Amino acid sequence: MSTETKGTGTSRRGFLKGAAATGAALGAAGAARAEGDPLITEVQEWASGLGEGVDATPYGMPIEFEGDVIRRNVEWLTADTISSINFTPIHALDGTITPQGCAFERHHSGAITLKKEDYRLMINGLVDTPLVFTYEDLERFPRAQQTFFLECAANTGMEWAGSQLNGAQYTHGMIHNMEYTGVSLRTLLEEAGLDAAGDLKDKWVYVEGADASSNGRSIPMEKALDDCMVAFKANGEALRMEHGYPVRLVVPGWEGNMWVKWLRRIEVMDKPVESREETSKYTDTLEDGTSRKWTWAMDAKSVVTSPSPQMPIKHGKGPLVITGLAWSGRGAITAVDVSLDGGVTWQEARLAEPGKPMALTRFYLDINWDGSEMFVQSRAMDDTGYVQPTKAQLREVRGLNSIYHNNCIQTWHVNANGEANNVEVS
Amino acid sequence: MSKFPKFLMAASVAALTAAPAMAEKLGLGRAATDAEIAAWNLDVFPDGSNLPAGKGDVWTGEEVFAEACAVCHGEFAEGAGNWPKLAGGADTLDHEDPLKTVGSYWPYLSTTFDYVRRSMPFGAAGTLSDDDVYAIVAYILYSNDLVDDDFVLSKETFLDVAMPNAEGFIVDDREATEYGTYTNRCMSDCKSGAVEITTTVVFPGDPNSGTDATPISQAVMGTAAAAAAPAEAEVTEAAAEEPAAEEAAPAMALDAELVAKGEKVFKKCKACHKVGDGAKNGTGPILTGVYGRAAGTVDGFKYSKPMLAAAEGGLVWDEAELAAYLANPKKYMKGTKMSFAGLKKDADIAAILEFLKSHSQ
Repeated sequence: MSTETKGTGTSRRGFLKGAAATGAALGAAGAARAEGDPLITEVQEWASGLGEGVDATPYGMPIEFEGDVIRRNVEWLTADTISSINFTPIHALDGTITPQGCAFERHHSGAITLKKEDYRLMINGLVDTPLVFTYEDLERFPRAQQTFFLECAANTGMEWAGSQLNGAQYTHGMIHNMEYTGVSLRTLLEEAGLDAAGDLKDKWVYVEGADASSNGRSIPMEKALDDCMVAFKANGEALRMEHGYPVRLVVPGWEGNMWVKWLRRIEVMDKPVESREETSKYTDTLEDGTSRKWTWAMDAKSVVTSPSPQMPIKHGKGPLVITGLAWSGRGAITAVDVSLDGGVTWQEARLAEPGKPMALTRFYLDINWDGSEMFVQSRAMDDTGYVQPTKAQLREVRGLNSIYHNNCIQTWHVNANGEANNVEVS
Repeated sequence: MSKFPKFLMAASVAALTAAPAMAEKLGLGRAATDAEIAAWNLDVFPDGSNLPAGKGDVWTGEEVFAEACAVCHGEFAEGAGNWPKLAGGADTLDHEDPLKTVGSYWPYLSTTFDYVRRSMPFGAAGTLSDDDVYAIVAYILYSNDLVDDDFVLSKETFLDVAMPNAEGFIVDDREATEYGTYTNRCMSDCKSGAVEITTTVVFPGDPNSGTDATPISQAVMGTAAAAAAPAEAEVTEAAAEEPAAEEAAPAMALDAELVAKGEKVFKKCKACHKVGDGAKNGTGPILTGVYGRAAGTVDGFKYSKPMLAAAEGGLVWDEAELAAYLANPKKYMKGTKMSFAGLKKDADIAAILEFLKSHSQ
């Protein structure tokens, strides 16, 4: 990085001092001063000199002051970053769309570099004509576009063992929500022809990626024909390498592992493959040692993103915006309740927009904080009538050895200083 | 059919029976050839269907495993470091923290074969012969006490192996056991007694700030990060103002473009080797300073016998030795622990040498 800010001649050190002074002014913001706020009464450099010209940044990045709003991993969670996961900074985002650049990554054999020119998608198995598509072929099919969340089945998985990590990013950040453009999987399957498959009710598709992990999963034909999408754009632009450029599968509402990246093959089958990712992983061991498999749907869940451990209340008592995210893999969010006393009483939060099926919903609760400690919780309801459970309720059914599908109610303890911590409560 | 969760069937009957949205095909794409399908369709099913020809015995498996797998999974499949354990854990599934291995957890042998053939070894997937895959799987079974030492795995014997946890799985039953229960939207007096903290957070600091042990008030983002930033900037500047320090250490000339290329090639190595400040030994030794270093001298790394012998003989990692080693590790040093196939392109070798040189200044 240049040690000088462009055009001003100010050294970075000088700049930082300036920033510190600004911070002090911010601290006193709103407090009327006799002489007035110098940021208003004095002509500021940025209001007098010139800013950057167009093309200074041909592809824009967030301004440097937002440098903390990035994906982060927890190094000791996995053996190596190549087969690992990081977390979306959900604590610092608002709205519902996750920018691609900070949307969490999970790779099994690293993010690969695959050119559109080298991309091939094969459909084989019980189809009338096994086909190979190029990337260009995919762009010629009628398109679909819709917004969906993708949640890793292991999101909040650390927290089964108690309160582990201090931040919504780390407890709930294995999620992102993007507007996808692509072709419906149904369209591609019908292009290959499904007459050869006979009765579709007991058929499956197997999907696999082009990377070394292949990450294959078996998906029931019902789901494949219902709402799955072969996507090549997210939030309007090409997928990022780390999310499967140039083409990934979208499996709305179902665990993220099934959204195969660098999708290279779709096979129609009369039985599931029972691959590594659907037997040894992404299965849920219960107290008696038996394990659930095919736990595909992500149940309704929510979390308060602010205040939270990474987002303490710094302004003291008075008006406070409590906000968070809610989602359900089985439908649309119909309501979110917030409790400030650890689940004794609840009040309904305001949804920024009506919930959409299998997409993130933003909620707000505007309160007048009296400066006393709070146990902040949120609870999501979806249109199946499901009410997000507590961790105790989940443990009662599943025992203590679960890894995946922890959709319990989260508690942040906010103290009188506005600092928040991850806790479990009685 | 009955295997499908009921909720799914109810939800999607419409999808199955509705008339196709698009009655006419667009004629896009082209027919896949048999050779193409054979190249990509490697699926092996629990009933053994689609298994390739070939066979492998336990003892061959031990040899192949030692060479290709042990570096991460341990000589006896017991796992190394944070990498997966493949053996052990029998009868632990109903205990606290069960040990899930091929022997204790995986329900189908086909899964092991399929996964090894497609995705292993890590960093060199798809390089094992089918016979080697059979042999490795036979050895993993042996490590789990599931077959005798004279066992030969092949398409014919595949179904003779009984996997201990074959019956250990049930299809998702949340609809029956959970969905009907989680319906109470209580709004007031939902708990009796005072709400108290039962568990406090285990790692209070931000995992990325290195402040796990510091008081929470200092560890929250914003305060700690903002306080650290100016200090860091000043350190950088101070270093820049100190040209004497740079002149003191004689530096090797570097081609920056080649270093950047080398960094990309280094992705192939990263799973096992760390480089740079604060790097630690992983599956392989740290490579900071490797260029020009005497072989076999990284503290705390357990080298192979041939490597120690070469070190004894005075091997130094100069350009020629590193290039020869990286081109074909197994040929260069029979018995090396490094399970890497080698860099085929001379340009990649040149780039990685420049990158390693940049970390050896």
